[in-house]
Amino acid sequence: MSNVWWITRRELIHYLRSPLGYVIITIALVIDGLLFNAVAVGPSQRLSSVVLQDFFWCASGTTMAASIFIAMRLIAEERQTGTLTLLATSPIRDWQIVFGKFLGALVLLAVMNALTLYMPLLLMLNGKISAGHLVAGYVGLMLIGSAAVSLGLLCSSLAPNQLIAAIAGTGVVLVFILLWLLARLTTPPLEDVLAYLSIHDKHFRPFQKGLVSVADVVFYVSLSYVALLAATRALEARRWRG
Amino acid sequence: MIVLDKVSKYYGERAAVIDASFSIEAGEVVGLLGLNGAGKTTTLKMLAGVLLPTAGRISVDGIDLMTNVDAVRARIGFLPEVPPLYPEMRVAEYLTFVAHIKGVKVDVAGHVDAAIADTDLADVRNEFIGTLSNGFQRRVGIAQAIVHRPALIVLDEPTAGLDPKQMVQMRALIRKLKQRHTVLVSSHILNEIEETCDRLVVINRGRIAAIGTEAELAGNVQGAAKVVVEVRGTRAAFEAAVRQSGAVTKTAIERDEGGIIVATLELANDAREALAQSLIGAGLGLRRMERVQLELESIFLTLTGNRAQSAAA
Repeated sequence: MSNVWWITRRELIHYLRSPLGYVIITIALVIDGLLFNAVAVGPSQRLSSVVLQDFFWCASGTTMAASIFIAMRLIAEERQTGTLTLLATSPIRDWQIVFGKFLGALVLLAVMNALTLYMPLLLMLNGKISAGHLVAGYVGLMLIGSAAVSLGLLCSSLAPNQLIAAIAGTGVVLVFILLWLLARLTTPPLEDVLAYLSIHDKHFRPFQKGLVSVADVVFYVSLSYVALLAATRALEARRWRG
Repeated sequence: MIVLDKVSKYYGERAAVIDASFSIEAGEVVGLLGLNGAGKTTTLKMLAGVLLPTAGRISVDGIDLMTNVDAVRARIGFLPEVPPLYPEMRVAEYLTFVAHIKGVKVDVAGHVDAAIADTDLADVRNEFIGTLSNGFQRRVGIAQAIVHRPALIVLDEPTAGLDPKQMVQMRALIRKLKQRHTVLVSSHILNEIEETCDRLVVINRGRIAAIGTEAELAGNVQGAAKVVVEVRGTRAAFEAAVRQSGAVTKTAIERDEGGIIVATLELANDAREALAQSLIGAGLGLRRMERVQLELESIFLTLTGNRAQSAAA
């Protein structure tokens, strides 16, 4: 695990010392704040738990968007600048490179989500929400974020540069979001398969409501695992193709 | 120590390296010489474990690259043409990171300090890499290649983009590396190879065109030896003696003044003794006979030119 830690550490140094991390977090926080006021709190009086549900719904969108932008550079930038050669000539495994980078991005995502905590805490002060609901919501945000980062990282491992990685990442995550819509247009068993694969609709709503189900956790962890595995294979394949 | 045995690399249908075979002994500095696109970088990348060969075998210290790639990577330090640097990291911090991922387990700080000392980076060890000049960045590139104390250091165009002063410093650094490492340097700059390498491997259109020291390659290329002779006597007697020797294919009189003739002669083979006997037998005073050594530039152009012609044929 030592190699994974060093890769993660280097990613965090990059985010701390370059504008990208700050820009992504700032934009996400501004959008979260605006949506919290405009959509979650809204003009009418509502139950605090309903407001919190809407907050998580909005935050899931910004989390997925931020994940794609955090992940776009992870491998594509190294390839562009030639630093991937350093990793490729080191006695570390490709999965360690991929997993280390994934963890680095996840830590940044966790910092970003932690900085949104003031909004639910305001609700807690002025209304009535349970700590369990809060924890479940943030667990959901981190899980959906982890899936989006993994898909973004896969695109980053395949794309020749960061821009293409960002565009491809956005496209892939959008497809995974919109699968629920496609599910409605199809008949079983395809309907069930597509609905299950939808990254947001079926699996995030329980977290939004304060429920943590093992099946949903398994879905997000499995999706992340498959995407990271594919990214590892993409790195390995480049050694053969050149 | 390092053996390439019939190594080939194809990018799709295109062959970048074809049946390359050569070996490097411990402590040697070997120059990989070739024109742009000849297959130098692909060969180095395969040696460094960045690319895997399509066919053939590469081994370092008897360890096969294909079966134990990590062990081979741990024994090699690689400086690509563009140094793999993270501009937002400080020099010492970057080298510490590299030492860890290269598998250094004990005394990491000692390894980093030694690499910094060897590459004269002490003054900038706490500077951000992105703020350093091109020459310093190249040195940091060398430092990352030696920080884990590898047996073999592979340098791809190490002086590319450097000014003349920095090039001299870089060559001195490469010579210094020779004391502790086996070095493989690729370049198309002949002076650089001439000044730093013990042996040359010439690659042309993906194939190894020649291997040997500069003198050996010159011998191979010349085939027919070229000699400069200086004799005392008449021009007619000299020309008659040259004809009589039967060994000279081409004669060029450089100077004929005051009874001294200086001429460059091309011999069908190395028939210097026969020529000398003929000249002395004709009563000429043989003052000098010197074999002309080809410059590396001529050797290189001949080797790559011949190959190109034969490939075209």
